Amino acid sequence: MPLVMPDLKPITPEIVMTCLALFILVADVFIKRKETLALLSIIGMAAAAFTFALPGALNTTFGGMFISDGYSMFFKIVFALNVILTILISVKYLAVERVNFGEYYALLLFSTLGMMIMASAGDLIVLYLGLELMALSTYILAGFIRYDMKSNEAALKYFLLGSFASAFLLYGISLAYGLTGTTNLDRIAMTISEKGLAGKPALTLSMIMIAVAFSFKIAAVPFHMWAPDAYEGAPTSVTAFMSVGPKAAGFAVIGRVFLMAFPMVRAEWVAVFIPIAIMTMAVGNIVALSQTNIKRMLAYSSIAHAGYALLGIIAGTADGLASMMNYMLIYAFMNMGAFAVIIMLRSEGFKGDAISDYEGLSKTHPLAAALMLVFMFSLTGIPPTAGFMGKFYIFMAAINAGYTWLVIIAVIFSAISAYFYLRIVMNMYMKDPKETVTLTTSPSMGLALAITTVAVLAIGVLPAKVIYLARVAFP
Amino acid sequence: MLPKLFFGYFAFAIIVLSLLVITRRNPVHSVMWMLLLFFQIASMYLFLNAEFIAAIQVIVYAGAILVLFLFVVLLLNLREELLTNRFISAWPVGLVFAGAIFAGAVSAVAAFVPNFSGQYTVDVINRETHTKALGQALYTDFLFPFEIASLILLIAIIGAIVLAKKRMRS
Repeated sequence: MPLVMPDLKPITPEIVMTCLALFILVADVFIKRKETLALLSIIGMAAAAFTFALPGALNTTFGGMFISDGYSMFFKIVFALNVILTILISVKYLAVERVNFGEYYALLLFSTLGMMIMASAGDLIVLYLGLELMALSTYILAGFIRYDMKSNEAALKYFLLGSFASAFLLYGISLAYGLTGTTNLDRIAMTISEKGLAGKPALTLSMIMIAVAFSFKIAAVPFHMWAPDAYEGAPTSVTAFMSVGPKAAGFAVIGRVFLMAFPMVRAEWVAVFIPIAIMTMAVGNIVALSQTNIKRMLAYSSIAHAGYALLGIIAGTADGLASMMNYMLIYAFMNMGAFAVIIMLRSEGFKGDAISDYEGLSKTHPLAAALMLVFMFSLTGIPPTAGFMGKFYIFMAAINAGYTWLVIIAVIFSAISAYFYLRIVMNMYMKDPKETVTLTTSPSMGLALAITTVAVLAIGVLPAKVIYLARVAFP
Repeated sequence: MLPKLFFGYFAFAIIVLSLLVITRRNPVHSVMWMLLLFFQIASMYLFLNAEFIAAIQVIVYAGAILVLFLFVVLLLNLREELLTNRFISAWPVGLVFAGAIFAGAVSAVAAFVPNFSGQYTVDVINRETHTKALGQALYTDFLFPFEIASLILLIAIIGAIVLAKKRMRS
């Protein structure tokens, strides 16, 4: 069996990313100023993003194990934005938390590499390994503040429940392999239709196990237990990173696996995802009402947003998928922005993550309050922000696919969510400051806030471009 | 008949040993039962003509991972451990869930029909030996996943070092 040199053009971004992460790891030894490493990571990531568009990049390689298409490309852009924004908001924060180690940037890049592999996976084994690469790096990042008990707790919980989810995924994969004799997504679909496997209990069980594992990754109810503790305890910059990246990667693989490998059992997986989506929206939005810690509140908010995005998957049409992708991009911007403001409030000796810390922020720091207002409006889904457009397209796609009743439920929960998002706004604008909050600012933080604010407002006013991008990406 | 008997023995031993591992109060005893369990699993692999995986099971699991477990147990306060319960109070709920999943899996797998034969039939494996067949597949068809796995190992090393680093003085 001679080895045929596989076509490496489609996989260039991943190769560049690997080299970059290894370079950062080694450079950490020689470079004492960690800000330089952050700068190098951003430049490198931008360079890797540039290779997305190289000629011959859109192709399948390694015998169908790696698929580089518009769909994966769109998600890779989300991941690249996610990691760049995370690095921008981490630089000063790491110094404040006194964990300014260079490995942080290398781990962020490795995690992003795992997500990129997931988005491009055409084979269940590649998918699993990409998922582990992403998850393992994120577990370490969650426990990055080693002397902090909460950070330790976050990392351990995330790790234990993550391994649990991996076990489910492997059970599902092994059943699918046992039934079809292949782990290739295309060939699984082919075998299912050729051999008439649709409706066989073993296939349904395999599909359910895979769905459970992915629901863990996107923190959908009832597999969300790890999310609030992990999000609260992890360093805030890592919380921002893992509330966007792994979630988007989870959605990327859900879209890929269920629409590519299991289209024949669509009725069954829709029946699995509809209750999950409803419960996710219900628990996420209702439990968020009673939170006093803003990171915990945003954890439940991120659970709820996973519920909305699931509607796009349930719709299952090209429109549904495109609106789900679009939602992930918008969510990346608005969530990153909100976390950037939270990080600014963290200063030496002041945690700044209680919701009451936001009281009267508009009087002491009007600009920060105004930015938070924009992000909270966007998370609620109030026009003219991007959040509104994201929800609008998702709901429209679901209605067009015939799930009007589901959209009504989603709109009701979305209205409930206004209470806890706008409570922050009310705290900032209608209460008097109790204590003086000092903001930790830096140029990179300013840049991150500028990017996210402009993006949230621009997509909110002119959504056509992004929608078009997602639409062409998913044929 | 004989293969079935062997399989039955290994399956039974694995279940009993797993139960012993999770119910012992003394962690050292648990680890020792686990050692025995790993050897049983290795024998099961051997019995299924997978000698390479059997060797890996002994070398990596019984050799390396178990030693790691013992190191962790060394760090525990055994006297305190002996007084605590092995199970949290909600264990019956877990048992019900596990039972339900088990029943589901059994009913699903009962309808399982192996309806394909791949490239590696028992004859091919017997002729080529399991190790060679596995190595060939790993370094040709599965080269890409193999490379990703190497990165995962690298992450594990970085993680261990990062989490054991000294606290920074600013």
